[in-house]
Amino acid sequence: MEAEGRVPAPLLTLLSPGGGGGTEADPDPHPAAGAPGAARGPLLAAAAEVLSLDDEEDDLEVFSKDTSLAEVNSFSPSMPISPSSMINQYKFEDEPELRDLFITVDDPESHITAIETFITYRVVTKTSRGEFDSSEYEVRRRYQDFLWLKSKLEEAHPTLIIPPLPEKFIMKGMVERFSDEFIETRRKALHKFLNRIADHPTLTFNEDFKIFLTAQAWELSSHKKQGPSLLSRMGQTVRAVASSVRGGVKNRPEMFTEMNDYMETFSQKINVLDKIAHRIFKEEKEYFNEMKEYGPIHTLWSASEEDVADSLKGVASCIDKCCKATEKRMAGLSENLLPILHEYVLYSEILMGVLKRRDQIQGELDSKVDALANKKTEKDLFSEEIGKLEDKVECANNALKADWDRWKQNMQCDMRSTFINVAENNLHYYEECLATWESFLASQTVDLHVEEDSEDRP
Amino acid sequence: MESAEAETSDSRSEEDGAVPGSGFPPPEQPVAAAATMEDCLAKKMEITISEAEKRTGRNAVNMQETYTAYLIETRAVESQSEGQCAPVDSLWRRYSEFELLRNYLSVTYPHIVVPPLPEKRADFVWHKLSADNMDPDFVERRRIGLENFLLRVASHPVLCQDKIFYSFLTQESGWKEMVNETGFQLKADSRLKALNATFRVKNPDKRFTELKHYSDELQSVISHLLRVRARVADRLYGVYKVHGNYGRVFSEWSAIEKEMGDGLQSAGHHMDVYAASIDDILEEEEHYADQLKEYLFYAEALRAVCRKHELMQYDLEMAAQDLTSKKQQCEELATGTVRTFSLKGMTSKLFGQETPEQREAKIKVLEEQIQEGEEQLKSKNLEGRDFVKSAWADIERFKEQKNHDLKEALISYAVMQISMCKKGIQVWTNAKECFSKM
Repeated sequence: MEAEGRVPAPLLTLLSPGGGGGTEADPDPHPAAGAPGAARGPLLAAAAEVLSLDDEEDDLEVFSKDTSLAEVNSFSPSMPISPSSMINQYKFEDEPELRDLFITVDDPESHITAIETFITYRVVTKTSRGEFDSSEYEVRRRYQDFLWLKSKLEEAHPTLIIPPLPEKFIMKGMVERFSDEFIETRRKALHKFLNRIADHPTLTFNEDFKIFLTAQAWELSSHKKQGPSLLSRMGQTVRAVASSVRGGVKNRPEMFTEMNDYMETFSQKINVLDKIAHRIFKEEKEYFNEMKEYGPIHTLWSASEEDVADSLKGVASCIDKCCKATEKRMAGLSENLLPILHEYVLYSEILMGVLKRRDQIQGELDSKVDALANKKTEKDLFSEEIGKLEDKVECANNALKADWDRWKQNMQCDMRSTFINVAENNLHYYEECLATWESFLASQTVDLHVEEDSEDRP
Repeated sequence: MESAEAETSDSRSEEDGAVPGSGFPPPEQPVAAAATMEDCLAKKMEITISEAEKRTGRNAVNMQETYTAYLIETRAVESQSEGQCAPVDSLWRRYSEFELLRNYLSVTYPHIVVPPLPEKRADFVWHKLSADNMDPDFVERRRIGLENFLLRVASHPVLCQDKIFYSFLTQESGWKEMVNETGFQLKADSRLKALNATFRVKNPDKRFTELKHYSDELQSVISHLLRVRARVADRLYGVYKVHGNYGRVFSEWSAIEKEMGDGLQSAGHHMDVYAASIDDILEEEEHYADQLKEYLFYAEALRAVCRKHELMQYDLEMAAQDLTSKKQQCEELATGTVRTFSLKGMTSKLFGQETPEQREAKIKVLEEQIQEGEEQLKSKNLEGRDFVKSAWADIERFKEQKNHDLKEALISYAVMQISMCKKGIQVWTNAKECFSKM
């Protein structure tokens, strides 16, 4: 229903100066009464109310810049989002005509300094969004910068599914660190990484993301040095470890237990698939290597024959053509199936992590609730804290649920198109080989008929 | 005096018009014109090897052994007007008896390119195929190979008339004794003698020299081809079988997917079909490999004919050389001049001359020997020429057979590849449909 997805014009300009794409504060004129955090529903529903509440302005700014729902370090109230509004926004986001951010990663270059050698990639961004000062940007980034971006996104959105980055090193296989193959594989993965972020309804508006795309090298390094102090980051880790001990599993909603179970099985299966795909590639390669030798033997043989020479040469040529077709089939695998399966192997790790973090957030709440049960005297103080934690948990859950649904849809789409591609590759291979052998056969039977005719003549 | 000439066969190579296969009959059998294609045994008699059976028995040194016996069935081909089927005769033979038969034929008909037997032990095996002689697939392929051997012999214009061959097909007991009684083993040329001849012959027929090179090349290229083919088969097997892993994983994965589940599950089934299809494909290819192997072994039979020619030619050259030297000796004795240095001549000069009577006696002996030698040389020349003529006729027959068979084999290979491709297209079309439903 389109009405639900559209933001009334005045709100749009205030909430996100750029216009375009959905924001978190999509007011839902028909809030689902039974949705979690329904108490806050009316706040969202009444668009005018949002505007008039001055003490909400900080949150508005937060929303236009950094759409994080749960700042791990702060106790600031976060704007809860009803699940239905997020789903609407997700559908809205996927309409291609409304895409307003286009990113490419290309042109790897080697840089040699006294200390190290590293590769930078050119990142070109074209956009029509208002919050960007210019409509086109070109910057150079190295792998470290991507790692930084990923960690910032994880920090800001602990229960969103941040797309996978290619690994630092490839241990298996004999791809060297700076081989052309390695660099190209990495470049493609980095390109996908940034585009997935751009397509993500929340992450696309992340401030660090914007800086990554637009800042010059020196600007980026100085920005990197800011941000939460080491101490507070350590505090976050401690808290995370502390709550992981309790786990937040006992009060975990059914939905997330199901997700966990699903992810465990999915992770297993995707890893096996990854192995199978690599094995198929390996076998095809060895087959190709043997085939390379097979054709030429027939040519060699034809040199000592007279009558049969043409047939032998014909077979040699067919085998060589099939050999080339096999090479194409292999290339198809390595360009499509292998990278996708690898990404989803990484995704399965990411998703397990996201589920854990959600559990941790829940764990914080649970531990505080347990503490309250024992200290009846400080009830008031605790209840406020608990209220905030409850909000946090609700936001985390909603964010995760919406992102999860989105991820599953994308995964289904990716898998379908990848495997169709595999099937098509194989079809092309067999069709090409078939044509080759059929034309050889046709040439042979013509010859045979000619011979038979000449024998019959008296 | 002229030196005796060892005729080379080149000068006679234009003589044609001889009936193929005629002119070199084994002494024990009556001279018969070679059978034409219509008369040869294959047309008169249906020959099949219908069964193979594992047997145990005691061998020559009374040790227990296991071997396979093959059931040869023969039936006379009735003319159509009679309408009734003749009864089937059958007997059992084991591989070693086939070998005995072939050895007999090779020695008795050295000018014929004798059809080869299928390999004794499995060679050029790719890893999934068993190298065990008792393996049922190997036994089956050998059965076909032995049947093929019998049919080849039965359709050969010369060989089909052989009595021993006929008895092999029809007389179960006493056949071995019959073969041994022909004494053919005595006629066999020693390998050493043949090797010697190969190196020392001076003027072999050029065509045979070329044929020797051709058969060496053929042997080398076919063995190389068979080796690589086995490796290719191995790898192809690997590619297909790995796809079988998809089936299980897809099935397990489909259990946790709601929308994707059906598509995954059915796609997995097709992957299983794909993986299983390679077994039949490669089994068919083994028959193609067997066809090539036959010609690999035929190359050896070609070499044997060349070797026989070299031996005969060398024999001839030696006889001619011997005759020449005897004539020379005779001349020297008669004229008293020493043409060439000889120890005898020197010693007789040093230690005194012979008496005229002694010299006369010597000359007489030599003249007798020369007479004998010239007759022998004449007959050897004739033998040589006949051999070359009849051998070359069979070689021409063989060449035509080979060209025809190889072309057919290559065509059948193409047909196999086409069938494999069509199967692949079917499976992947089905799989693609399933994937689209994911």
